Amino acid sequence: MPPSTAGAITLTINGEKHTLPVDNRTTLLDALRERLGLTGTKKGCDQGQCGACTVLLDGRRVVSCLQLAVAAEGREVTTIEGVADGDRLHPVQQAFLDLDGFQCGYCTPGQICSAIAAIEEHAAGWPSAVTTDVRPEAGVPPLTAEEIRERMSGNLCRCGAYVSIVQAVARAAGERPAGPVELPGAAAVAQAEGVA
Amino acid sequence: MREFDYRRAADVPGAVALLGAGPEARYLGGGTNLVDLMKSGVERPALLVDVRELPLDRIEETDGGGLRIGATVTNSDLAAHPEVRRRYPALAQAVLAGASGQLRNMATLGGNLLQRTRCAYFTDVTKPCNKRAPGSGCPAVAGEHRNHAILGASAHCVAVHPSDMGVALAAFDAVVHYETADGPGALPLAEFYLPVGDTPHRETALPPGALITGVTLPPAPVAAASRYRKVRERASYAFAIGSLAAALDVRDGAVHDVRLAFGAVASRPWRARTAERALLGGPATAEAFAAAADAELAAAEPLPGNGYKVTLIRNLVVAVLTELAEECRRNEEATR
Amino acid sequence: MTTTTTGTVPVTGAVGTAHTRVEGRDKVTGAARYAAEVPLAGLAHGWLVVSTIARGRIRALDPAPVRAMPGVLAVLHHGNAQPLESDYVGPMGPADPALQLFQHDRVPYAGWPVALVVAETSEQAREAAEALVVEYDEEPHDVAFAAGRPEAYVPAGNPRSPAEQGKGDLAAGLAASAVVVDEEYTTPEEHHHPMEPHTATAYWENGRLEVIDANQGSAYVAQELARLFALDPSAVRVRSEHVGGGFGSKGARAPQVAAAMAATVLHRPVRVVLTRRQMFSLTGYRSPTIQRVRLGADPDGRLRALDHEGLNQTSTVHEFVERSADVARAMYDAEAHHTVSRVLRLDVPTPTWMRAPGEAPGSFALECALDELAERCGLDPIAVRARNEPEVGPLSGLPYSSRRLLTCFEEGARRFGWADRDPRPGVRREGRWLLGTGTAAASFPTLAGPSTAAVTAEADGGYTVRITAADIGTGARTALALVAADALEVAPDRIRVRIGDSDFGQAMLAGGSAGTRSWAWAVTLAARALREQLALGGTIPPQGITVRSDTAEALAALPPRERHAFGAQFAEVAVDVATGEVRVRRMLGIFAAGRIVNPLTARSQLVGGMIWGLSMALHEEAVRDERWGGHVGADLAGYHVAANADVPLVEADWVDDPDEQDPVGIKGIGEVGIVGAAAAVANAVWHATGVRHRHLPIRPDRVLTAGAGDRG
Repeated sequence: MPPSTAGAITLTINGEKHTLPVDNRTTLLDALRERLGLTGTKKGCDQGQCGACTVLLDGRRVVSCLQLAVAAEGREVTTIEGVADGDRLHPVQQAFLDLDGFQCGYCTPGQICSAIAAIEEHAAGWPSAVTTDVRPEAGVPPLTAEEIRERMSGNLCRCGAYVSIVQAVARAAGERPAGPVELPGAAAVAQAEGVA
Repeated sequence: MREFDYRRAADVPGAVALLGAGPEARYLGGGTNLVDLMKSGVERPALLVDVRELPLDRIEETDGGGLRIGATVTNSDLAAHPEVRRRYPALAQAVLAGASGQLRNMATLGGNLLQRTRCAYFTDVTKPCNKRAPGSGCPAVAGEHRNHAILGASAHCVAVHPSDMGVALAAFDAVVHYETADGPGALPLAEFYLPVGDTPHRETALPPGALITGVTLPPAPVAAASRYRKVRERASYAFAIGSLAAALDVRDGAVHDVRLAFGAVASRPWRARTAERALLGGPATAEAFAAAADAELAAAEPLPGNGYKVTLIRNLVVAVLTELAEECRRNEEATR
Repeated sequence: MTTTTTGTVPVTGAVGTAHTRVEGRDKVTGAARYAAEVPLAGLAHGWLVVSTIARGRIRALDPAPVRAMPGVLAVLHHGNAQPLESDYVGPMGPADPALQLFQHDRVPYAGWPVALVVAETSEQAREAAEALVVEYDEEPHDVAFAAGRPEAYVPAGNPRSPAEQGKGDLAAGLAASAVVVDEEYTTPEEHHHPMEPHTATAYWENGRLEVIDANQGSAYVAQELARLFALDPSAVRVRSEHVGGGFGSKGARAPQVAAAMAATVLHRPVRVVLTRRQMFSLTGYRSPTIQRVRLGADPDGRLRALDHEGLNQTSTVHEFVERSADVARAMYDAEAHHTVSRVLRLDVPTPTWMRAPGEAPGSFALECALDELAERCGLDPIAVRARNEPEVGPLSGLPYSSRRLLTCFEEGARRFGWADRDPRPGVRREGRWLLGTGTAAASFPTLAGPSTAAVTAEADGGYTVRITAADIGTGARTALALVAADALEVAPDRIRVRIGDSDFGQAMLAGGSAGTRSWAWAVTLAARALREQLALGGTIPPQGITVRSDTAEALAALPPRERHAFGAQFAEVAVDVATGEVRVRRMLGIFAAGRIVNPLTARSQLVGGMIWGLSMALHEEAVRDERWGGHVGADLAGYHVAANADVPLVEADWVDDPDEQDPVGIKGIGEVGIVGAAAAVANAVWHATGVRHRHLPIRPDRVLTAGAGDRG
């Protein structure tokens, strides 16, 4: 075969098949934003160092800036535009909205996609770097604030919305009662997190 | 990024053949390192051979209690695998300590072993770097080297290997398997990475065009009581400034078996065999742990800005081995 | 237009109650379009090429090979770019030489733009930009920021706020003091790094230059572009609907100018997006500081002498002064009082405003010094601050509009559990962690800028507010809807707020913690006048009834006061001295910062500021290699900002503190949250370990090297 630096790929994006020509250099991120008009996925660093471009690829969260579009041929992509159920927001989206889990909003689609996957990873029993005992016999650690923080650390938020993000993920994961979440006082925090 | 040809390999021989056919070709796994380096101009391949969908994505048990891990197993799947977590918990912890959830879902075992240093001079093509441009010099020696090597480096290159996974693999005597046009081969991890010397651009002992197909971990009962501790400049999503994979088996107060490997201190995961030898058969005390660490670190040649790593590694050895010894003692008591 | 500024509006209850962001749904669904996301037919992509040397001249730049590459449409450089105006005083002061793109062959610092490559696709533009060969005649450069350099000078400042100010006899005051603290504190070069990279798209339409931008003030950017390109102000329109963070960095920058130049040449829309690496040299930053603080006090902690001297760097082409010493002028009095911010010109990019410019680094030094004074006097840190609470501005002699600092400390101490604190350092251990707590005071000036607004009563019963405000994450849109609702005495859901369009007229930019205050003032004036007009009765015509306001007169009539927001910061940290790791376990900030318009978003903003303080204390540091003059590790893996795992539960709350001379009672909350936060963390690290860390960030290697000392 002669070298070819471009080609056509077919992706299933948010349940819909798209065939599009791409330069081999095109990342999935740029294909979404510049070819398909799906600009909900954000470009923050273009180097895998911020998480703003997080999408779900075959159901798993990935950074789309380091995923070549041509190498995603045939795979299923879910972007922020595809996580709601019609007009009904995904519980993670709703929790981010209600609890003000963002400020400028630029990292938000990536945070939300990441959170959706993080909740599923936890439900599947995946340990994290802060899981004290990773042996399978130890069981799944509860999704504490510390676990959420670690699991969401691949998504930088320069506005510093982390506190509300953790609360939103906790609420969406059903680990906290739904409804308005009051910021607990220091004593309650200390108790909840086993500090002090 | 320059234009390049892209081919997806259907099987291992096909992948090897495709790579061999093109000059300046690279295997593409998860792409988390390669695509980044292509964007920064450090890597300028003319052909990418995509190996991610090769049937190398299994983790299988080997006779006697070891594991064979395929090259395209993602970091996430590796860390989530029950047998990895049961037999080599430090390996699962090491993988989980690296990068982020997103990157672990993309990155593969083979790519992890081959990832390049994060030295900021290496990744900036406007600067000299012996690893990227042989003979151009090493700016880190007299420059910014807070996170550079203290062991096994040379005046030509003081970069560190960034892998967390590799540190645990080194501790557990992993063997790397590969395929070439001439057939398969294998390299113990201890021989996989080449000494820096005056050829820092030559990083591994893999034959040209070789495709990593997997890693075997020999049975290691001591690994069941193992731990990975990573220190970094923020709590998560950062490369190590020092890390430790450790396994310890203490019987009646004496060290029966021990494994130690250091991360972020050398151009490769640093197996601390001197320290291990010093500990074997001796008392499991903080003093002995410190003496063993000192024995290993006697070879350290820190630069003006990274001497703290000697203290850091020493402290990590003492802290983690003390924790593991305490667990051994409790387990011994519980089984009596 | 009425200029009544005293008294409070009849409250319908919108202001002061929590409302989710009006654009929130768009932001959580990905529907909100940021500047680089507006689709345009025929769009071309521009990629900047920046200098690899720190000083010298461009010897050769041959665009021909690049021009021949696939998809390349143009290469703009100093040999072919259109001339720009440079002799003017623009909305932000004298023309910024950094906006003079491709006007000459001189390179004043590493990362200076030398060319723009425009191509059909971004991939083509990127490859071509990387392929462009630029040869330089390099000259020796100097980027060595250090204390004691004779070239450092005291800048002119401005008449109302000179860079150097003082009273009394400093030497005598220090000599007469029983206790003296004399320490040097340093902060490194810090960068804003909003998550959205700077970007602009420009095109010509009906004889007007249209710019779709990410900025903090579209009116300012439009005026700057009009001056640069010698256009009539009405011939430039800048829009900036959603902005992915700014923090002071998103003013007129290279992308707007480059995009406009290329669009002019190519007669088609051109978009320029900066890479993360380019942001290090093209979007401003906070200068590193070296600060010396000398405090002389009586044994009871009362200050006799206060000297705060700050040094910062600027470029060789433009002066920006990080006024780190100013904070002492608002905070503490002493018979002998001296503050000065000096500046050193180097071959570096010009720094700029970054969240709490001056106050953020200045408060780190001053509030750590206060903590050291408390320790040496054997006093509680809060007691020392209470003992030095001034009645009037220490240097101005003016009364404070309000100063509820001690109320913040009282409330904060109660909620944080400060009363139970053992003052001894280095005595609390939990496993491998040493624990400690620290506190610090915060303040930030209350400012306002002249603004215009238009409020329209629509025929359908709704109301439209138009103002050239910017919502960079502050929740400005939502806040202004609440303000308008109260002024019009209608429900907030009947208000539509349109912002970020220079066609709406002059308005304050989103900066200086003054955006919401300035805009709310203008909106209130217009809305009140509209309500009065509507009260006269009659029907609303199809085009609606519009009333405009301008706050210039009202602001000019404000009586002189010391106007500041205040706050008390608290932090608890855990330090592992064996590994050097520092973890913040909790933070609490209590603020007296005027009337809080929207508690939901205000809390987010204050907490966000505190997290900036945490990040400043432990993580942020841009490193230059003096041999090349540029950055080492110019990316988000090399420049760490706090990640989620670094941030514990951070709480912010406030005490009642309406500004009596603001029609809504607002002071401003965008910056006071970061002030003092790094000092509180550093003071807590001392309390945990017994070691003072006077150099930020408090990195593991520094903690490890310092160990668990016994000195204070």
